[in-house]
Amino acid sequence: MSKVNRATATQSLSVSFTVGLYGTAFGAASIAAGFSILQTCLLSLLTFSGASQFAIVGVMGAGGSAISGIATASLLGIRNGLYGLRMAPLLKVRGFKRVIAAQVTIDESTGVAIGQEDLGIDAMKQGFWLTGFGVYIFWNFFTLLGALGAQAMGNPSAWGLDAAVPAAFLGLVWPRLTGKFERTLAASAVILAILLSPIISAGLPIIATALLAVAFGWRQRA
Amino acid sequence: MEAARMNALWLGVIGTSLIAFLLKYFGHSIPEKYVSNPRALRINTLIPIALLSALVGVQTVTEKGQWVIDQRLAGVAVALIALSLKAPSFVVVISAAITSAALYRL
Repeated sequence: MSKVNRATATQSLSVSFTVGLYGTAFGAASIAAGFSILQTCLLSLLTFSGASQFAIVGVMGAGGSAISGIATASLLGIRNGLYGLRMAPLLKVRGFKRVIAAQVTIDESTGVAIGQEDLGIDAMKQGFWLTGFGVYIFWNFFTLLGALGAQAMGNPSAWGLDAAVPAAFLGLVWPRLTGKFERTLAASAVILAILLSPIISAGLPIIATALLAVAFGWRQRA
Repeated sequence: MEAARMNALWLGVIGTSLIAFLLKYFGHSIPEKYVSNPRALRINTLIPIALLSALVGVQTVTEKGQWVIDQRLAGVAVALIALSLKAPSFVVVISAAITSAALYRL
């Protein structure tokens, strides 16, 4: 790889650190949901996709089955596949390197890579790898910290963890609410899921809202 | 914790991780032309919005399948204000936690 572009490196590092810090919230949420420290750390090491991780601990913490948790997390993980599709022609990696590239293909690594488009293909690749590894390191470190902290705290409600988890989800969805259409979908999903909660078992109300996304996205908007 | 629930949690951890990786890896391995259906791409960008919003709603005002209004709602309302003021995400989470904890301890 050629000389590292300074602007790219700075951006990668700052994104990695801020996003990584969020791992604390995940670590704490996972412990509060009943997962062990080992399970919490494995989710960050192996799943390594914030929204999916919050989803599995959110659904199962609320009493949902493993299947509905996995389904919700996986629906959220589909976008990483599309990022991979976008990154593959750029990275051109095979074998073990492709396994590594796949594992660090997330919102942030793809976002920073695309953001370097004006600086050329080398800067894009550097942005991908630096951000991918950077987030991986910080996210896992802060997950452990959050998990240890939450275990020391005891009652999650006394420390506000019960509100921190939905707030974390809100922080993840907020940047996606770019227009009226997206906000309408978000509001409809909130209402539908709340209405369904007393009727169908935990986890299913969340998955049901995927159908709303299908309905909203079916027709091309004018 | 009972053994069945512990096993379910392990299933959740392993299943989520396995599928998460496979989705990423398939993306890197299949030719782009197979997945360029505009409708599928459009729906794919909307799915996270629906699911994450649903999670916000359910985790804020329900507990074990019942509607419950408590300190969480205040915490999430503060998070919403913080976000609209363009606060960084960890500030958002911490302000929600502090609000909720303060009301809980009242």
